[in-house]
Amino acid sequence: MTDLVENEGGGCCSANNGTTSGTTSGTGSALAGSSGCGSAGGGCGCASQDAMPQTRRGFMKAGAALAMTTLAPGVTLYSFGAGQAEAKPADQAVTSKVRWGMLIDASKCDDGCTKCVTACSTENGWSDTGNPLTDAQWIRKVTVRDRDQGKETTLPMMCLHCAEPPCVDVCPTGASFKRADGIVLVNKHTCIGCRYCMMACPYKARSFIHEPLEDQKEYSPRGKGTVESCTLCVHRVDEGRLPACVETCNASAGGAMTFGDLNDPNSEISQRMAKFVTTEVRADLGLNTGVRYQNI
Amino acid sequence: MARIKYESLNDGFGFYFLMAFLGAIILGALGATWYMEHEGHIVTGMTNQIVWGMPHVFAIFLIVAASGALNVASVGSVFGRVPYKPMARLSGLLAISLLVGGLAVLVLDLGRPDRLIVAMTKYNFKSIFAWNIFLYIGFLLIVAAYLFVQMNRGTESWTKPVGILAFVWRLALTTGTGSIFGWLVARQAYDAAVMAPLFIAMSLSFGMAFFLLVLIATYSWSRRPLGAELVNRLAKLLGIFIAVVLYFTAVQHLTNLYAAEHGGIERFILMDGGIYTQLFWGGQVLLGGLLPMAMVFSGMGKSKFGVVLASFFVILGGLAQIYVIIVGGQAYPLILFPGKEVVSGFYDGVVASYIPSLPEMMLGVGGIALALAITLLGMTVLRFIPASLADNETGSG
Ligand code: SF4
Ligand code: SF4
Repeated sequence: MTDLVENEGGGCCSANNGTTSGTTSGTGSALAGSSGCGSAGGGCGCASQDAMPQTRRGFMKAGAALAMTTLAPGVTLYSFGAGQAEAKPADQAVTSKVRWGMLIDASKCDDGCTKCVTACSTENGWSDTGNPLTDAQWIRKVTVRDRDQGKETTLPMMCLHCAEPPCVDVCPTGASFKRADGIVLVNKHTCIGCRYCMMACPYKARSFIHEPLEDQKEYSPRGKGTVESCTLCVHRVDEGRLPACVETCNASAGGAMTFGDLNDPNSEISQRMAKFVTTEVRADLGLNTGVRYQNI
Repeated sequence: MARIKYESLNDGFGFYFLMAFLGAIILGALGATWYMEHEGHIVTGMTNQIVWGMPHVFAIFLIVAASGALNVASVGSVFGRVPYKPMARLSGLLAISLLVGGLAVLVLDLGRPDRLIVAMTKYNFKSIFAWNIFLYIGFLLIVAAYLFVQMNRGTESWTKPVGILAFVWRLALTTGTGSIFGWLVARQAYDAAVMAPLFIAMSLSFGMAFFLLVLIATYSWSRRPLGAELVNRLAKLLGIFIAVVLYFTAVQHLTNLYAAEHGGIERFILMDGGIYTQLFWGGQVLLGGLLPMAMVFSGMGKSKFGVVLASFFVILGGLAQIYVIIVGGQAYPLILFPGKEVVSGFYDGVVASYIPSLPEMMLGVGGIALALAITLLGMTVLRFIPASLADNETGSG
């Protein structure tokens, strides 16, 4: 069984298809400079490593992505809800004007609910294979208990998309990188599987692929021997959709998650953060996480 | 002191026998690697909780020992201690061999060892790992140059300057290796500035132990004279290095105890960490520290057998020490919400378990075998060892 990384292109290629393909198909905007991929050194490696199939797929996807944004700006806005950020048009590079973030209200998160976890695993194609010690876990439910009062809170925990990500700092090859819009990703073409990023992440947010994989999602490539973590559903975000966990939680659970642009003072997430006391997990480490919590 | 005559080892039966033995271990390690890469790391004891395991223990141990193996050369050519000079070549050879052995293990344990070329061509200069790649390659080149100027007729006068460069470089290398851990602020066990000096101390001690083992084995098996006084001198040096390691270990834990936030990890390692506590006290402190120190400073330091035994204990204790640092440091749960209890289905808040599997052990041991095989080969094809290290020849008597 070969792993699919070689066949399916890198996480960042695929993740950035909105960007990459947008550029390919027309505008020629300065992709490399401003996208996180480019800054990771030498680009995604899409073109260099599996040029033809990847490029062709890129073109096809470009069509799809463009169609989506040009045909349905209204849909885009609708899916983010009023006051939340708009989709990045597919013909624009990732920009640091936005910083994607998430606010999780623990008081609305039900003890027994794991819908966000299921949504993520379905969306991104990781699952329980019966080896809990080695299975990938992009998002997990955590229960926090106050030692004195015994008060219990439950909340989802995933990559917090740090603004100062230690995983990126320690990665020897630059495979771990932060996009200009704050999303932290792993370039599956240049990850050598050293796991130093896993040692460095304070939140156990990353998983190493211990086994050969089958049936991967095209937009979320994974590969044995490399490291992965929550991508903030970058493939959806670039199309103006919400991350799968947020969408599911809002639609069929407590509505505990707010996703949006932390840089836009008018976004719902910024407004909430201005109004309520929010918590940054391990704020003492000074990582400036993009995912914040409320009511812990 | 007479002019030193250097020789190479005979490639007799002993050579082929030893080479076959080491070669078998190396082949076993390669087979184990192939198996682990083919099946994935699922066949190792490593998990998403313990991400660095046995291969890293061996790799870091060998890398640390490599710079320490250069001790004798440094003492000889940098500090001008005459009795050590004849052994400088062997010291350099062993340093190179140990580093190659350690790096091989490190690389073969990668999730994608086939991407070594990526690691060599794409650098993130913020990463201490990337810096280490340069430090390692530089070390190999500088020590090779150091050997060359010594062994090449007419360039001997360069020995001292190149020796000084090698000495400075090895300090940087060990600091870099220690910093791999010192940089991990999120982990309670590693968040300490003392890591760098501790690693330098460890390198002095482990490297010296390796050197003594190889030296005594080589001279005994090839029936060459090796002065008792010289061995005793080196053994005492080892004793001092052991003491320095114990000192920095004490500093490491005492400063951590002083910082209240690290109380948990300290209690874990020192008192109730099960295997890690046992390895710390029994392996690192007793077997690898107090016992060999007592041995080399007592009458046993005068017998070669005693010194071999003490060196062996230092190596075992050293492996235990690195195991406690690497695996113990990960086994202790990450603190997500200080002062609160955390539970999840993903092993939050619980001590992680780790049981090394046979293939990863084989890979680690293969690294040691590779280092020894390179040393043996080097000594056989080139003139690395003095014909005699009898005390009257080296001026030790
Ligand atoms: S949470 Fe962990 S994996 Fe995510 S950006 Fe921060 S350090 Fe990296
Ligand atoms: S495992 Fe991959 S992403 Fe993580 S530090 Fe190593 S090369 Fe970088």
